[in-house]
Amino acid sequence: MKIIIVGCGKVGSALAESLSKEDHDITVIDIDRDVINQLTNTVDIIGVEGNGASLIVQKEAGITEAEILIATTVSDEVNMLCCLIAKKSNKDIKTIVRVRNPIYLDEVGFFREELGLTMVINPERAAAREIARLLRFPSAMKIDTLSGGRVELLKFRIEKGSPLDGEKIMNLSQEIRNSIQICSVERGDEVFIANGSTELKVGDRVSFLASPLNASNFFKTIHIETHAVKDTMIIGGSKLAYYLSKMLLDAGIDVKIIERDRARCMELDEALEKATVINGDGTEETVIMEEGLEKAQSIVALTNIDEENILLSLYAKKHNEKAKIVTKVNRMMFDSIVEEIDIGTIVHTRSIVVDIVAGTVRAMQNSQGRSKVETLVNILDGKAEALELVIREDSEVTDVPLQELKLKDNLIVACIRRRNNIIYPRGGNSIKVGDRVVIVTTHQGLNDITDILGEKR
Amino acid sequence: MNFASILYILGTLIEVEGALFIAPAVVSLFYRESEGFIYFSFAMVCAIVGRLITINKVKKQIYYAKEGFISVAFGWIIMSVVGCIPFVLTGEIPHFTDALFETVSGFTTTGSSILSDVESLSHCSLFWRSLTHWIGGMGVFVFILAILPKTGAQNMHLLRSESPGPDVGKLVPKLGDSAKILYIIYFAMTVLQIIILLIARMPLFDAVTLTFGTAGTGGFGIRNTSIAEYTYIQQLIISIFMILFGVNFNFYFFIIIRHSLKEAFKMDEVRTYLAIIALSTAAIMINAKNMFESVSDGFIQSFFQVSSIITTTGYSTADFNEWPALSKVILVSLMFIGACAGSTGGGFKVSRLIIMAKAYIRELMHFIHPRLVRNIYMDDRKIKDETVSGVMVYLVSYVLVLMVSLLVISLDGFDFETNFTAVMATLNNIGPGLSHVGPAGNFKDFSILSKYILSFDMLAGRLELYPMLLLFSPGTWRKK
Repeated sequence: MKIIIVGCGKVGSALAESLSKEDHDITVIDIDRDVINQLTNTVDIIGVEGNGASLIVQKEAGITEAEILIATTVSDEVNMLCCLIAKKSNKDIKTIVRVRNPIYLDEVGFFREELGLTMVINPERAAAREIARLLRFPSAMKIDTLSGGRVELLKFRIEKGSPLDGEKIMNLSQEIRNSIQICSVERGDEVFIANGSTELKVGDRVSFLASPLNASNFFKTIHIETHAVKDTMIIGGSKLAYYLSKMLLDAGIDVKIIERDRARCMELDEALEKATVINGDGTEETVIMEEGLEKAQSIVALTNIDEENILLSLYAKKHNEKAKIVTKVNRMMFDSIVEEIDIGTIVHTRSIVVDIVAGTVRAMQNSQGRSKVETLVNILDGKAEALELVIREDSEVTDVPLQELKLKDNLIVACIRRRNNIIYPRGGNSIKVGDRVVIVTTHQGLNDITDILGEKR
Repeated sequence: MNFASILYILGTLIEVEGALFIAPAVVSLFYRESEGFIYFSFAMVCAIVGRLITINKVKKQIYYAKEGFISVAFGWIIMSVVGCIPFVLTGEIPHFTDALFETVSGFTTTGSSILSDVESLSHCSLFWRSLTHWIGGMGVFVFILAILPKTGAQNMHLLRSESPGPDVGKLVPKLGDSAKILYIIYFAMTVLQIIILLIARMPLFDAVTLTFGTAGTGGFGIRNTSIAEYTYIQQLIISIFMILFGVNFNFYFFIIIRHSLKEAFKMDEVRTYLAIIALSTAAIMINAKNMFESVSDGFIQSFFQVSSIITTTGYSTADFNEWPALSKVILVSLMFIGACAGSTGGGFKVSRLIIMAKAYIRELMHFIHPRLVRNIYMDDRKIKDETVSGVMVYLVSYVLVLMVSLLVISLDGFDFETNFTAVMATLNNIGPGLSHVGPAGNFKDFSILSKYILSFDMLAGRLELYPMLLLFSPGTWRKK
């Protein structure tokens, strides 16, 4: 698809990179030529220099032929203006706009209907939603939903003393194997797609597919706590903290926010009636200890500095082993190192946005009948992905038992949803028309169910 | 430096060249020439060698600007060395240095020759000689990018190192698609020229080979008199197509893909280029009128020579060595100017000239208004100051290469005019110069050292200096 991205900040660049890998034609618009040059040197896209809200610049970027415009400049208003102009010059264009100011939060519906924006994305809110989900289910490091919430892809780490340590997947009990499907194992820098002979070890980060209920049962059988937390301590009072607190308070979880800036504390206190707002430096030992770091059930590090967040989480882990710890990290660069450290769940705000937008783009493409991928979830920084496909027609892979198909290496058919039943397929199962199939693989750019086959002879 | 990546791309290059050798082999079947067998077996050798090199996929396909430069510089050298071997094997050009000179001249679309009797070559060798022009014109790496199934953005460094112009960009978001569009336009125009020449009653073999020479703005003829023996109509067709191939290909992109004549003709470079051609033709017609039989003869001859020189093709219909001094000076200046950026032509490029002229005026204005602030514009677009200083640095490098080459080949003891125009003709990828190396002469009598120097100049000129200069600069190879 022809996509125009206005604004090449962190999110814009990450989007350009991720979407271009999926074979879209990407044109980026940015005021800063150096940013464009740097990006076009590493990603196969074209750049236009100028103000993205200007009609001439948009025309130069080919607005009339473009199918999607994504506005991610620093200013919400500019983003909306970009989309309005785009919509006027090309009424068929789909627009995705980033709006992060909480003021507009309740107006999103109006934007969509009256201004014709296809999708309004708020990165902080999306991240908050993900963190809230994790706090409600603290055993998982990461939760992604598939199949409209019927199946979840959960990631957890195997701790010392876990019954899974040293087990091969095929030796797990029949009960486990029928209720969940282990899809991938991350060990250090590497990602394996699981098969029967994969042996699990301490420190592995395991992703598995299950319905929410089965997931919780599975955690119980391997002795992992599954109750939602009752209280949380948020360090850093950013927008993300605001959204998160609001969601948690609505769910009946106690929230304590520690923020350095007094004025910001006042604002937060005004906006969040039930929250306890503490004015203090969250990186100071006396402050967080006094506020009960040792007893908190969950701790969320949301300051603006990655390093501070990571150190905070390490400190929290040391003094409060039981708590669920969530760490916000902006930069992806040190991902491989950070994932190694045992500091609970890492939340990348940027990749959350990228996943959501990429998923939406895919859905738009899908509605045009070009691709059959419904949702896609990155499991580890794009090294592996889970795709949900809808089988619409007969093909070489339908009605053939899986064991007879020559599948690609590093790929498994993780689950099949047939009407309301969820099947974790074994060799004897086959894919049928009408199924929704989840594939987990390290290969990228799969578009069609027939792509799961290896080299065609 | 990622040598594995460089080696892989070079292997691909050898494979592609192997496939290209099939073309002359097929030609030899028509003419029942035994040389075809050599081409065919050599094609097999290339295919096997290329396959062996590329049999292992490179794990880390990371390319930075440095790897791009080095791959392109090495690629062109290897391509020329491989391409010259059939000439040696068939015995048509027995000396390796001569064969290499001829092939480099072919791939770089120069058209300088060491052959005094072109007509004695077999058809398949003539065909191969002209085919090198066609391949070299748009660039072999661009070709590889166009045919490779998936190309990463980092290959942009390859395109940038190979394509001429001060500021190389893509036409469409995907690099592979950009390369395809360029080759489709190139291919379509080539076919068009062949058809028109056939309609003008040129024999098929001549039409194809001369079109290859025109399309790549090369200049290898298949007759000893270059183009002089063909009819006026055929000459006119060739000169018009030379001009068309010397135009920035963005021009055709605007017309064909964007359907916008307005955008196309807004390009300052194309307008300046056409104006220079018109003015030079008129000046030479008047200045050299005693050399021509009639006004129409004068027009055709001066038009042909002007378009041949400015596009750096190097075909000739007249021995301009005999023309009056002013006309010769005009032609030598045109040698320097060259064609448009983003075309198949060589030289300094009209766009660089425009930027330089505007920067020059700006500097002069600075003397009058020391606090003057003025940007340089081309096509209604601001030109980055880096691009402007890049053009200046290019000019300096260009003059340096020119001077050093001139010094070395002066050892051979030819007159200044010969030496100077020989370097000009090779560095700008034109072909013939003046005096000894004029349209009637050739480069045969230079020493082996001079031939290597001139071959270097041709490669440096085609790749716009930097890749070749970097290849020989120690900083590139230092590990730090």
